Formats: sequence, structure tokens, C-alpha cells
Amino acid sequence: MIHSKKIIRTVETQTLLRVEDLALEFRTRSGTVQALDQVSFSLAMGETVGLVGESGSGKSVLALAILGILDRAAEVTKGAIALQGIDLLKIPRAELRQKRGKEMAMIFQNPRVALNPIRQVGKQLEDVLAVHQRGPKQGRRDRALALLSQVRIPDPERRYHAYPYELSGGMCQRVMIALALAANPKVLIADEPTTGLDVTTQAAVMGLIRDLGQQGEMGTILITHDLDLAAQYCDRLLVMHAGHIVEAAPTAQILRQPCHPYTTKLIAATPDPHKTLGELLPIAGHLPDLRGDLPPCRFRSRCDRPLPECDRPPLIRQTITPGHTVACHHPLTPEVQP
Amino acid sequence: MTDLTPPPLLAVQNLRKYFPTQRQNPFQRNAAPHLLHAVDDVSFTLEAGESVGLVGESGCGKSTLVRLLTRLLDPTGGAIRFEGKDLAQIPARRFARHPLRSHIQLVFQDPHDSLNPRHTAFDTIAAPLCQLGGFQPSALLKARVAELAELVGLPEPLLSRFPHQLSGGQKARVGIARAIALHPKLLILDEPTSALDVSVQAVILQLLADLQARLGMSYLFVSHDLNVVRLLCDRIIVMYLGQIIEMGPTAAIFDHPRHPYTQALIAAIPDPTQPPQALQLQGEPRSPIDPAPQVCRLYGRCPQGVAQCQEAMPLLAPMGEQHWAACHFSGQSFTHSHSAG
Ligand SMILES: Nc1ncnc2c1ncn2[C@@H]1O[C@H](COP(=O)(O)OP(=O)(O)OP(=O)(O)O)[C@@H](O)[C@H]1O
Ligand SMILES: Nc1ncnc2c1ncn2[C@@H]1O[C@H](COP(=O)(O)OP(=O)(O)OP(=O)(O)O)[C@@H](O)[C@H]1O
Ligand code: SF4
Ligand SMILES: [Mg+2]
Ligand SMILES: [Mg+2]
Repeated sequence: MIHSKKIIRTVETQTLLRVEDLALEFRTRSGTVQALDQVSFSLAMGETVGLVGESGSGKSVLALAILGILDRAAEVTKGAIALQGIDLLKIPRAELRQKRGKEMAMIFQNPRVALNPIRQVGKQLEDVLAVHQRGPKQGRRDRALALLSQVRIPDPERRYHAYPYELSGGMCQRVMIALALAANPKVLIADEPTTGLDVTTQAAVMGLIRDLGQQGEMGTILITHDLDLAAQYCDRLLVMHAGHIVEAAPTAQILRQPCHPYTTKLIAATPDPHKTLGELLPIAGHLPDLRGDLPPCRFRSRCDRPLPECDRPPLIRQTITPGHTVACHHPLTPEVQP
Repeated sequence: MTDLTPPPLLAVQNLRKYFPTQRQNPFQRNAAPHLLHAVDDVSFTLEAGESVGLVGESGCGKSTLVRLLTRLLDPTGGAIRFEGKDLAQIPARRFARHPLRSHIQLVFQDPHDSLNPRHTAFDTIAAPLCQLGGFQPSALLKARVAELAELVGLPEPLLSRFPHQLSGGQKARVGIARAIALHPKLLILDEPTSALDVSVQAVILQLLADLQARLGMSYLFVSHDLNVVRLLCDRIIVMYLGQIIEMGPTAAIFDHPRHPYTQALIAAIPDPTQPPQALQLQGEPRSPIDPAPQVCRLYGRCPQGVAQCQEAMPLLAPMGEQHWAACHFSGQSFTHSHSAG
């Protein structure tokens, strides 16, 4: 690229983060796990993108790859991850660490493990604030208290001194959210941020995340099993299955007209007020073993509408309407534009 | 004269758990410690074969209540009668070896905390079978563990794995398989499905319904997902800051919630066809530390709150068949309460 950084920035003001044809493997004793393959998407400033899919489909791995904090067994074999035009896979480690601290933050799936068990939660918040803002200690303390009350921890003055074991599951989760927001990130990756929270607290916390996003200060990737939640807070959804993004579209569109067979099954398994227990349909079969040879469509063995060409590479990607793509030979809609 | 009706499976009476909190001022050593009222005067019953949902705001004391019932914590006061026997009298340390132990099983909120990192999934599921179920290491044991794994949708190759090699959802399934291994009379599940994806969740919910139909198992089901509670539970108990503020049949709670907190909870269930609603409850919850005994715990956040609400704590009052609510205004219809007053 011959552009200077400045030009790239003006061109890319809209796109905050772009993941391009990413492939990632884990080396294990029993073989190579192909955890991510052909993953491409982008995230704009102020936008919330939802990442949904079964357990084990690669959602957390994708998040960790973006932050560059996967363990040593992981190797990115292909692709690019560009934050405001700068490829994070190409910059020196020290620079990446800085960006991670300042520009990207993550709310981890398991808050109890991510929190330091022997440090008061208020102090943990101050530790993060100290990295980002100079100034008097009292200022940090006030900001830490403000953050605790923003995430609706009752009685923040007292909880400031609490250790994680003294807090309920949901409160640990909210401390974790406060820690991520303390960094004022541009990209927030929230991995199941509200699973431990009741619906009223969930609404408050999601509202907080959404407001920060809408003020144009941040882009959010929301990883969740909860399609209803994703429907309410996400502008677009990415559906993952076995390391592939199988469908991507604006949220309302994908829920009204799911095109990939997997997406329709995911929706059929989701409880809603009008379904009985017998009407919940679990998805037959399991995710394929990600070691060894995989068919081009990794949903092939679970699919109830395959065609002969499904076994022939490459994995096809079709556009249903602009912005709605599906990786399938035989999607559930007549009006496909190849 | 003897009463011929058998006692309920579980009868909880005036159960309390207060945690002392750190004294804030080191110069006032002799002051009484502040007490956090995690569970405050809770009473309810659960019949054999019944499944009851326990819902409420994060931090309202659900896990503490569950840990009292399974005797992992000693109560500050109150009784826990299981088939008429008071478990609250048995010290937490001794309960692990008590004969009643095998009848009450718990699935923990956080599978990460509750699995021994040095035990494989197989060892974990086999442990209760060997310790309390009279199984010896044998082909029979192997077959039983494999059967349990299949029931919870855990692929068999994963049985040889250690917890760190399993995903969140897979660990949750190991915990459920362990808990149902001995067919307990009462199974307490603390947020069992939050780590599961919708497909596995459907498998587990259908399994629970099936075990209930075949074996008459009873459930106390703690969950934030009201759509899931609605599917599985006959009755619902709603807690707020340590107290039960409403309980009743599932349909009544969903269709005619009487307490303002329950109403806010039902209104906040995400609806994919609607944009997120404006929050119904504004402001901070009251502190659970040394709460004023005469003030309604929702006061300050409640859309109804009037002077009366800080002068007299509302008590649970009957609203209909099997339906109680604790609010001065719950006798009235919510939408008209102001104009009617
Ligand atoms: N360190 C590792 N070594 C080998 N395989 C791994 C490792 N970490 C993750 N995997 C595999 O990568 C795949 C994706 O895992 P990931 O944690 O991203 O799933 P997920 O979509 O986040 O699932 P969940 O919803 O349960 O959190 C899984 O099959 C998992 O077994
Ligand atoms: N060991 C402890 N020491 C002090 N306080 C505690 C302890 N355990 C729990 N608490 C407090 O008791 C209250 C109830 O906590 P509990 O874990 O029962 O809530 P919960 O209803 O299960 O919440 P969640 O839905 O978030 O899991 C909280 O205010 C919590 O901080
Ligand atoms: S590509 Fe073929 S096998 Fe794969 S989901 Fe579509 S129809 Fe089914
Ligand atoms: Mg994950
Ligand atoms: Mg809990």
C-alpha cells in the first residue's frame, strides 16, 4: 500500500474493523483443529454486530484472534484483521499490546475467572483506569465508583471494597463490564455479557452499551446464544457454524427470511412465548470434528436439503439482497442472485 | 390424632441468611458488624412432582437460598423441612455424608467452579454413583455413565476430557449428568441453561420434563430466562432483595403479575419484534445491608411508591388461587392504580 496513514484514515472512517478471509488452526496432539476458515466481516463505528451460533462454533476464538490473545497452539494461517486500516497481524507485538489496552476491550465469557480473586473490585477498576488516565488518585476512585453505579451495582461505595467471592454471579459480570468500559475502547467485544443477569438488569446493561455505541464512540461485537437479545440490540447478525460464517445480514432481514438451513434450525430451537416444550426442535447431529478433512460445506452431514454440488469445493457464497449473503448451494429462497 | 396427609417434599419456613460485611471504620472495632440480608424471612413449599421456577434480580439471594437448601451454607435462622425432617439442624459439614444427601442434588450456576479440574468428565459423573449409589468400578458403571452422557447430549468421546478441555456448554452438561445420576427426589438447578446454546438447551429441557413425567422428580429451577421458566415450571417464585415478593401459578404470573417488580420483569422480556422498551424501573436498588425493616424493598424504584410504602412493609397477601403478592397496591389493576387511588 502506498497510502499514508492519514489517507487510509479518511477513507476508513466508516469502517472501524475489517476481518478479511481469516483462517486459524490449533495444533493439538491429536491433529490440527481448523477452528476458523474464510471468515470475513466488517464493523463500522457506532454499529453493533451480533455473532450467533452453536457452542463450539468458534465465536470466542474469533474474538480472541481479533484481540491477539490466543494461546501458543493457535496459528493464523491466512487473512487480515485491520483496525482502522492497520493490519493487527503485521504490527509488532508491543504496538499490538498497546492497541489492545487502549482501543479494544473484551468482556469475557467467564467473569469469575477473568477477575482477580484476591483484589477488591474497586481496586481492580482503578488499576485499569491508571493505565488510561493520569491524574490524582481521588479522580480514579470517583470514576471507579461512577462506573460501578453505571453498571447498576447497588451500593457502590461498599461494593468497591468487595472481593469477587462476595458478589453474586451477575454482579461479577457487571464488574467485568465496568472494567471493559473503563478503557473507553473503540472496539468492544462482549462475549455473552448478560447471561448471568435478570432481564431488567440485562436491559439496563445493554442500554448502556448501546448508548455508548450510538454516541459514535465505539463499535460493538456482541456474542450471544440469545437470538431475541441479538434481535433487539444488533444492527447486523453473523451466523457461525463450525468455524464458517454461514449467513450475514441485517438483523430484521435474517430473522424474517433466514436463508441458510442452519439459521432456520437455530431459530426453530429457540424458545419463544408461543412455543411449547415439544415444539422446540433441537438441531440434529453434532458439529463436525474440525480435525482432518472437512467437506466444503461443514453443515453437509446435518443438512436436510443437500444437492450433489454441495460436496464440490469451493464453499459458495451467494448474495440474496445487498448486504445479505449466505454460504450455501441450496438456500431457502427462490430469489438468489449468484 | 395423627395427620394423614403427608408433609410436602420441601417446606421452607422463615429462612434467613445474613452475611456480616467488613466494618468500614477501623476505629470502631466494637460497633456491631453491618449485616447483608441475602435471604430474609423466606417461606414456601414444594410438592413432590412439582417444578417451581425461582426468578429475581441478580443479587437478590437466589444462589444463597439454593446453597442453604443444599446445606452448603448454615442458615442464620429458620427451618428447611425435607419430607418433614428439618435439615437446618444438620451442620453443613455433616450433611455431605447424610443419608438424605442423595435425594437432593444441585446443578451449580458456574460449572467452572464446581468441577474438579483433576477429574475427567467420566470420573465426575461416576462419583455419586460410586459414593452414594453402591456402584463398583465395572462395565455396569461404564454403561450407566455412557447412558447419562447420552441423555444430556454429551458426545461420548468427551468423557475422557478434563474440564479445561471442554467448552462452557459441555461443562454444564457434565454437571447436569452428575446431578441426575441418582434420580434425586429434588433437583435444584441454578441457571443451568445460561451456558448452553438453544439446541442443547432444548435437549436438556425435554430431558427434565421427561424425568419428571417418568420418575416424578421435583425441580427448583433458578433462571433469568423467563421463556425457559415458562416452559418447564408449574409455579413461579419471584424474589427481590432477599424476600419473596410474589408467587403463583406460571400462567397467573405471566398474564396477571401483581407486584410492580414482577410487572417490570415480564415487560422486560426481550421481544424480537419490538425495539427495546424504555426501562420501567428507574434508579438504584436499595442496599441489602441493614435494610430498614418497615420500608418496602422496592421503594424508590417503584412506579407506585407512596408514603405508605416507607411506613409499613407490605406482606404477602392472597391474590387468587395459589397466588400471593407483597405490595400495598397489588389488589388493584396496575394500569389504573393511580387514577383509582
Ligand atoms: N486451545 C485450544 N486447543 C484446541 N482446540 C480449541 C482450543 N480452543 C478452542 N478450541 C476449539 O475451537 C472450537 C471453537 O471454540 P470456541 O470457544 O470459539 O466456541 P464458542 O463458539 O465460543 O462456543 P461457546 O458458545 O460454547 O462459548 C471448538 O471446537 C473448540 O474445541
Ligand atoms: N460469601 C458472601 N459474603 C458476603 N456476601 C455475600 C456472599 N455470598 C453472597 N453474598 C451477597 O448476597 C447477596 C445475594 O447473592 P446471591 O449470589 O445469592 O444472588 P443471586 O440471586 O444468585 O444473583 P445472580 O442472579 O447474580 O446469581 C448479594 O448481595 C451478594 O453480594
Ligand atoms: S450447501 Fe448444501 S449441504 Fe450445505 S447447507 Fe446448503 S444445501 Fe445444505
Ligand atoms: Mg465461547
Ligand atoms: Mg446466583
